[in-house]
Formats: sequence, structure tokens, C-alpha cells
Amino acid sequence: MVSVRTSRRPLDRARSVAERVTDPELPMLTLADLGVLRDVDVVGDSHVVVDITPTYSGCPAMAAMRDDLVRELQAAGFDRVEVRVSLHPAWTTDWITPAGRAALLAAGISPPGPAPSTHGPIPLTLLPTARQVRCPQCDSPATELVSEFGSTSCKAQYRCTTCLEPFDHLKEI
Amino acid sequence: MPDHVHTSAEDEHDSAYAGLLVNDAHWAFGTDFEDPLAGVDTTIPEGIDAPTLAAYALMLGDDSLVMSHRIAEWTSNAPDLEDDIALSNIALDLLGQSRLLLARAAKADDSVVPALPEGSPAPPEDALAFFREAHEFRNVRFAEVVNGDFAEATVRVLLFSVWRLAVWERLRASTDHVLSAVAVKGVKELTYHRDYAARWFVTLAQGTEESRSRLLAALDELWPLWPELFDTHPVEAAAAASGVGVDPATVREAAEAVLDQVLTAADVPRPEVARRSGVLGRTGRDGMHGEALSRMLAEMQSVARAHPRGQW
Repeated sequence: MVSVRTSRRPLDRARSVAERVTDPELPMLTLADLGVLRDVDVVGDSHVVVDITPTYSGCPAMAAMRDDLVRELQAAGFDRVEVRVSLHPAWTTDWITPAGRAALLAAGISPPGPAPSTHGPIPLTLLPTARQVRCPQCDSPATELVSEFGSTSCKAQYRCTTCLEPFDHLKEI
Repeated sequence: MPDHVHTSAEDEHDSAYAGLLVNDAHWAFGTDFEDPLAGVDTTIPEGIDAPTLAAYALMLGDDSLVMSHRIAEWTSNAPDLEDDIALSNIALDLLGQSRLLLARAAKADDSVVPALPEGSPAPPEDALAFFREAHEFRNVRFAEVVNGDFAEATVRVLLFSVWRLAVWERLRASTDHVLSAVAVKGVKELTYHRDYAARWFVTLAQGTEESRSRLLAALDELWPLWPELFDTHPVEAAAAASGVGVDPATVREAAEAVLDQVLTAADVPRPEVARRSGVLGRTGRDGMHGEALSRMLAEMQSVARAHPRGQW
């Protein structure tokens, strides 16, 4: 175990370590930027409790996120790390921070627009979801949807009709 | 109850294989030991009968587990890569819903969880998925029908998600914190599933003569099991009465209205096929299933049952 000498309070230290952990599928994004990291708490000096929330119900990255948080926090000197899953409130792409959106774009992934309201009856959408998606490569607004489902649960597949590059769009939920 | 506190692995960089043992051994046929409801308020609301809540969560969990398995059978078999990925994603969402629901059932009333051979590390939700017999499953029969062609997959996902979304829109108001949270999340996922299937439905109906005839055949094939989705089982009635669940009969009108929008856009008439009767009045919710479910479970469960202590 690494001993850490620092004047900072354990809570601040635990927070800053947890906030640096990245998403296993979107490594350009920290869990904090993704909005998945909900809370960090320190009980005593070396016991940390971290709350994370799943993006999708079946998201297989949850286990990897948990392991990464445990490893990083233990490396920072916290003996006991508890990672809890918080289901409520449900994750929404609206929680992705501006820094997170910029990181996605820089990595060639189109960031999500505002999430649709899910109050009341959910309208049926027979036409492809109308989004103002710009190509993350050439910034052209001339893009078309290939599929609402992509390489991970959270992405849709798009194609730019100007530069012809395919790209991922993080879909709004 | 699984211990969700991880132990340290100081020497993980010493060996290329050490990383595999970071959390010690994992149950071989599930994600790991982790309790999917860790940190969630699983207190049973006042006035709620725990066995009713457990039985109701099992029904919803079995619907998505069986449906997820059927859709997952499309993986590597869909007509093109995009739809292969789409169907796999849909199956994954349903599997995730099912894991939470089965865990909820087990937490509410652990007597629903089958006994496992001593030393088995399978968590309760996996014990429910892998170690129950067909007659103990409470899914609607619609979910278990053997797969057909892509038109059949389209109709299957459409009817299932139109129905499930109608139920779950109301389930969001469940007095049980877990069911409510699962539904809030699930509604977002089911919306994508429903829209995906509805668009393919219209496309196939308005495509070629061949695609339209296959779609109509698939609709006739699945239609006899559609009315069963809206039958009220006594468990559903009790769950609805206590505010935990939704009586599916109460969402029939809303679901039919959405389906009519799709049928109208596709210019497809409502099928005139009689409903499939139960066996002595018993249907999927009573544990009465077709041979299809037994065969599916044989494939799904055989490895876990052969190695109930399996770890890696």
C-alpha cells in the first residue's frame, strides 16, 4: 500500500482520486464527467464509500468501473473501498459535463443533445430521431443516422455525407 | 448476502495473470458476486405483502429474461451488422432489467430462490435464472416462442415493447423504490426498442411483396398470444391493489392505440386470429409453458447446472 502524506482532508483526496477514474469504454471521459459518479464519502480515515449509477440497465462496464475505482482509491491509501450502485435518480446524458462533451467531440464522438422528457405518455417516433448532429471530424451538419444502436449501449451510429466518415453519437436518454 | 467490499491486490503487477484475481474468484456464469441492488433502499413499503412483491417482480423479471435470451439468439444471425448490433443491444437492456428484477424478488422474499448445491457462489438472481424448472417461470408465453425470420423478430420486439412500455410507464409510480427506479430507467430503454421495431415494421410492410407477406405471416403467428399480455393474474391484481404493480388490463387501451398508429402507418389491418387458449385456463403467468421454454432453458441453464460451484 502506498502511504500518502498530504495536508488535504481525506474526503477531498478521495474525491479527487475518484473523479480522475475514467470510463472503460470511453477512456477520454472521467466517471465524473460522464455523470456516473454520484457521491464520494469518507467514513473514518481510510474507508471510502463511492456511489455510481449505471448508464443502461445492462451496462457491462459497471464491474470494470467499480474495479478501477477500488484500485485507484486503494493505491491512494484508502484501505477499505466500498462501491455502491445507485439506481435513483436514473442516469441521463444531461449529466455529462461541458468538459466531458468537449472530450467526446475531440475523440470523434458526437456529444448528446438535451435528453427528451420522459414524463407522461411516451410518444411513438416512426421517423428516424430528429437530431441536429454535426460531424465530429469536419463539423458538417450534413449527417445521417445509420442505426440507433452502436458499439455500446449508449451510442448510435451516424455517417457524415460531406466527408463520408462514419462516427458514433452518444444518444440522449 | 454477497460481500461487496473488495479486497486489495497488492501484487497485481507481478504476474500477467494476477489481474484476473483482483476480486478473488468470480462466479463463472454471471457478472460477479456483486449485489446489483447494493446501496438501494430495498425496504418493503408499509402495507405491502412481501411474497406478492416477490412474485410480481419474478413475473416482470422472467418476461425480460426469456425475451432477452430469444433476442440474443439473433447475435451473429441478423441480416446485417447494424441490426445484429441493435438486437444484441436490446437483449442486453432486457437482461439488465431482468437482473435487477430477479434480485428484487430475492431480496423481498428469499424463499423464492431455489436451494443451490453447497459451496455454489451463484448470487440469488443467477440462482433464479439458472436453477428453476420451466414450470417455475412466470413469463408470458409470448416471450418464449421459437424465433422465426427477421420479420418475426420485428413483430416480436414491437408487440413486446409496446406492451411492456405501456405497463412500465405506470410502474414508474410504484410504491416500491426498486421497481420504480427500474421502471424509470427501463422506460428510456424500451422507448428505443419500440421505435426501432416500429420503423422496421413500416419498412417491411411497405417494402417488397416478399417482405410484406413475411411480416403479415409473422403478425398472424404471434397475434394469438397478444391478448394474454393483458390478462390479469391474481398476483398482478394484488400488486396493483397495493400500489406496487400495474394491472396489465388497465393499459390495454393505451397499448392498442400505439399499435394502431404503427398498423395505420404500415397500412396493415389488424389480424383476425383467435387468441391461444391456456391449458385448463392456465397460461404463462401460472407456470404453464410450451415445449419451447423447456428447450430454451436446457440450453441456457445446462452449463451452470453442470458446474454449480464454477468460479474463475
